[in-house]
Amino acid sequence: MSERLPLWAWSAAGLILFFGLWQGAVSSGAVSSFVLPSPLEVLERMWKLMNQPFAGALLHEHLLSSFGRFMGGFLLAAVIGVPLGLMMGRFRLLEDIVTPLFEGYRYVAPLAWVPFAALWFGTGIGGPIMVIFTGAFAPCVINAYRGARLVDSYLIEAAQTHGASEFRVAREVLLPGALPSIVAGLRIAAGLGWQSLIGAELIVVSSGIGFVMVQGQSNLSPSTVMTAMAVIGLTGLLIDIGLRQIESRVRAKWEGR
Amino acid sequence: MSEIVIDNVGKVFGEGGGRPFLAIDGVDLRVEDREVISVVGPSGCGKTTLMRMVAGLEHPTSGEVRVGGKRVTGPGPDRAVVFQQFALFPWKTVRENITFGMRSRGATKAERDAAVAHYLTLMKMEGTEDKYPHQLSGGMQQRVAIARSYATDPGVLLMDEPFGALDAQTRTIMQEELVRLTNDNPRTVMFITHSVEEAVYLADRVVVMARNPGRIREIIDVATTRKAEKWSEEPIDDVMEMPSFTHLRGQVWRLLREQMGSDI
Ligand SMILES: Nc1ncnc2c1ncn2[C@@H]1O[C@H](COP(=O)(O)OP(=O)(O)O)[C@@H](O)[C@H]1O
Ligand SMILES: [Mg+2]
Repeated sequence: MSERLPLWAWSAAGLILFFGLWQGAVSSGAVSSFVLPSPLEVLERMWKLMNQPFAGALLHEHLLSSFGRFMGGFLLAAVIGVPLGLMMGRFRLLEDIVTPLFEGYRYVAPLAWVPFAALWFGTGIGGPIMVIFTGAFAPCVINAYRGARLVDSYLIEAAQTHGASEFRVAREVLLPGALPSIVAGLRIAAGLGWQSLIGAELIVVSSGIGFVMVQGQSNLSPSTVMTAMAVIGLTGLLIDIGLRQIESRVRAKWEGR
Repeated sequence: MSEIVIDNVGKVFGEGGGRPFLAIDGVDLRVEDREVISVVGPSGCGKTTLMRMVAGLEHPTSGEVRVGGKRVTGPGPDRAVVFQQFALFPWKTVRENITFGMRSRGATKAERDAAVAHYLTLMKMEGTEDKYPHQLSGGMQQRVAIARSYATDPGVLLMDEPFGALDAQTRTIMQEELVRLTNDNPRTVMFITHSVEEAVYLADRVVVMARNPGRIREIIDVATTRKAEKWSEEPIDDVMEMPSFTHLRGQVWRLLREQMGSDI
């Protein structure tokens, strides 16, 4: 017992066990591969989708169009949400005006916006972007707001008594002061935005990973559905890892200041 | 001209919600252009509140403050504040901190570079321009905060116990530096301190405050004595042993000590 396995070894063992049991269950015939495609089938299907157009495009082209929509909605949420949150943290009046509306909006699931998103912005790029936006917006606002509230009021006053305009206070004091909190919020926003996007694609668009899933379902191809799910999960994971890197870098840089 | 006129100013905290508290009551004070005044008084007598009203960070509930003939309605770079907490921007370098106020008034890069070099040399901090505040000692941080306010070139400099956090040695250096800075480049200064020695050493006049409610107890003239006794030509330690100095210090002390139950 003295030799302890490193953590990654446990994670790897867990994954191998999980996929092994899964593969075993299907290969042995205990579970029909039509109900649950095996991991190997999924890998095979993935390879095929990457080389043969499905639902009008190759798998990575679908992924790229999903990712483009995601970035559009996510960046829009950040660009509007972060300044709004900072201003709410700075001005009590704005906070009082926005909070009740915001609290109500927060509890409406992003998918509930799909009909209006399609109605207002169409099913091309505008509608899906709006759905991601509604998913990603709240954490951008909330974390920027919390971060701004935590900025030492003396720093704001120091900026003011040295002639800073409101714009400079926001850009040079509130934004950097709230940055660790903002970046943490962006990570949450990205996760929610990515989830909302797939939901939206299931309903409206005619390309993207969500669309691949819908098509897989209507073609009675569970391995296609499962492949799309794997791609969604992996991409979400990669987005999160990327933002986590940024987050820890910001934290390290801000540490002890 | 940057004279400060505090005209029958009162300040009540917690009006409209909570129990109203009279922090400042009927304060009248005129600080002449380029005059240095220090403010002493027991803690809670409203020194910070008075200074914040001059800075425009707090609004009088009665009376008004005028600086250079204009009524104060908010903060501005004509009244730079050196805060007790230093309040340096942690994510900005020494250079960026010092030039923060200069950028507000549109100073060129050349002017800013010159100012950074000037103040860092003056404060014996050469080579620190690209360091961040957390990499500096408390004394150095305070010097940067003072340089930031000086470089802003305000008509009025407001300082709230700026040397309070420093060890005795650094404090002495900073006091001498402040005297030199105000000699080289005179401006109106309002300097709050807990230290009677510091108050007498630095100021043209010492304003002694009393509390409950916060008000001015007495104003003691120092400038006449300083000029007559040529304090500025002596090192600080020698000045503080001169009879002219100890006499004034005793006078301020008595005014403070007679305030019952005060914790100075
Ligand atoms: N924002 C505030 N709200 C309520 N009371 C305050 C506020 N600021 C200061 N006070 C009160 O006003 C009095 C004077 O405070 P202050 O100006 O900080 O005194 P000093 O600087 O002389 O120690 C104190 O009793 C303090 O508790
Ligand atoms: Mg105070």
